[in-house]
Amino acid sequence: MSRSLAADPATRAGLEPQVEATAPTPGPRLGVDVRRLSRFFLRRPGLLLSLIVVALVALAAFWPTLFTGRDPLLGVPADNFQPPSARHWFGTDELGRDTYSRVVHGAALSLKATLIAVAVAFVVGGALGLVAGFVGRWVEDVLMRFVDVLLSIPALFLSLALVTALGYGTVKVAVAVGIASVASFARVMRAEVLRVRQAVFVEAARSSGTRWYSVLGRHVLPNATGPVIVLATLDFGTAVLAVSSLSFLGYGAAPPAPEWGTLVSDGRNYLANAWWLSTLPGLTVAATVLATNRIARALDGEWANQR
Amino acid sequence: MRRYVIRRLAQAVGVLWAAYTLSFLVLDYLPGDPVSAMAGAGMDSSVVDPARLDELKKQYGFDKPVLVQYVDYLSRALRGDFGNSVSTGRSVTSVIADALPQTLQLTGMALLLATLFGGGLALFATYTSQRWLRQILLSLPSLGVSIPTFWIGLMIVQLFSFRIRLFPAFGNDGLRGLILPAVTLAIPTGAMVAQLLAKSLLTTLDEPYVQTARAKGAGRARIHLGHALRNASLPALTIIGLLVGQLMANAVVIETVFARNGLGRVTAAAVSIQDIPVVQGVVVFGALVFVLVNLVVDLIYPLLDPRIVVAATARRSPA
Repeated sequence: MSRSLAADPATRAGLEPQVEATAPTPGPRLGVDVRRLSRFFLRRPGLLLSLIVVALVALAAFWPTLFTGRDPLLGVPADNFQPPSARHWFGTDELGRDTYSRVVHGAALSLKATLIAVAVAFVVGGALGLVAGFVGRWVEDVLMRFVDVLLSIPALFLSLALVTALGYGTVKVAVAVGIASVASFARVMRAEVLRVRQAVFVEAARSSGTRWYSVLGRHVLPNATGPVIVLATLDFGTAVLAVSSLSFLGYGAAPPAPEWGTLVSDGRNYLANAWWLSTLPGLTVAATVLATNRIARALDGEWANQR
Repeated sequence: MRRYVIRRLAQAVGVLWAAYTLSFLVLDYLPGDPVSAMAGAGMDSSVVDPARLDELKKQYGFDKPVLVQYVDYLSRALRGDFGNSVSTGRSVTSVIADALPQTLQLTGMALLLATLFGGGLALFATYTSQRWLRQILLSLPSLGVSIPTFWIGLMIVQLFSFRIRLFPAFGNDGLRGLILPAVTLAIPTGAMVAQLLAKSLLTTLDEPYVQTARAKGAGRARIHLGHALRNASLPALTIIGLLVGQLMANAVVIETVFARNGLGRVTAAAVSIQDIPVVQGVVVFGALVFVLVNLVVDLIYPLLDPRIVVAATARRSPA
């Protein structure tokens, strides 16, 4: 507890919330104060809106039929190139398919890819950082040099190389994006493990004869994951962007499937006569990324700093 | 100082070698069968002539053990030979060299725009005493990094090429064709510059030496530009390698959007047809640029901030 008190003024001193996940330790807060919570959100309407956006996207991914009854793949040729209207909120494409229902159904693919990407980065990067920080010595040197090398190749190039090797498809693209952001997870995880390893309670656990795996699992890991989780929320937005970039380039799901990036790239051919085809799906991507980034910023210190 | 330079050089070479090795592992070793992937490149036949397979295997050395292959490839790469493109048969080095000037123009212009506007935004946002204006300006960068670049590009094309016929939508013709893609490419990078510079300006403005200058009666503008900016821009310098890498990678998307010929287009095409040698060449080239830019920054940095060399050499020799 004393650790978080000591860390607090340091974060409060900065005007902006710290982007690097260093100080704020989301300690266990039992019994959330409802009044504090409501005041926190009322002062931040943007954050509330972001939560709503993310919730809607998640709902659309799991229960698309809640939002639209139309089939995303069924085209009505007579209805092609309809501008947005009450009947077709996002208009229709060249085959007369409803763009809104394609965006809603696309949420599932895009969200799935994003979740896989973040999970890969989190698990692989976290494991690398954990081993490096906990074992130390030459293992740490080798692993962190490897991480430096991963950082030296621009993320998108690394993803493209992996796509070349693995092939196309939503899952493969997701894995490629995830591997490309392993490095930052490994770095943050290692820094946290190094910090926690020095703590008095770890020393106490060690000196009272606790096995190394218990020290790792019950003392180091739970106290080191906070900033890594914050990083994961930040990475979520990055992953949405990277996944949609790759599917925009055409490496995602095969054509009729509605992925967000693919929708934007399909609309590209009709920019001059049907502006809605790439504008509205792209706006959805932008809104999702903005919302997740806003939430990440809130998790990253704003909540802990507010009194 | 000499020791510092030598250490940085050795590090750069080490990272580059490791990046090459990584790209070898990913591209030549990871695909179960790179040869049939390459044999299929360019044509959509799923049935590949077995004789052609063997020939390709021999040509690319895949009939040898992995370690021998690796040493072969590495020694050739050291001489600047990254093999030949599978689809066109031209050497990878010449493919990259041909496409590079277009991309250099684009990324150079974008970097210029990003520093000018990103830096200007950060300066102005921290300079203004209007609270609401500062809040708005400081929230712009997070908008800039959240919007997909390909979408920004399409919106800009729609607006400036189709609605108002001001700039050409596609192609490589001259400066007029360069403006829209460069602006698009500059937006996420400029946003990063603005975020970083604004943050470090705000910290610098709290430093005691700034207070001293203020107490001596220096004006706001003078403090901002003369005193704070120089120190605050040092952290921004350290991420320039990252920014250049990001620009090159984003060029893949932007060149596709604007149908410009360049390294990005070459890369996208190579990935589409699994042209492994070209992809590998581009990846290693990206690492090379990153390493070189960082090396230059590392070598310039001590001239701007002498404490670095002192810190780096003090540990070794207490002279």
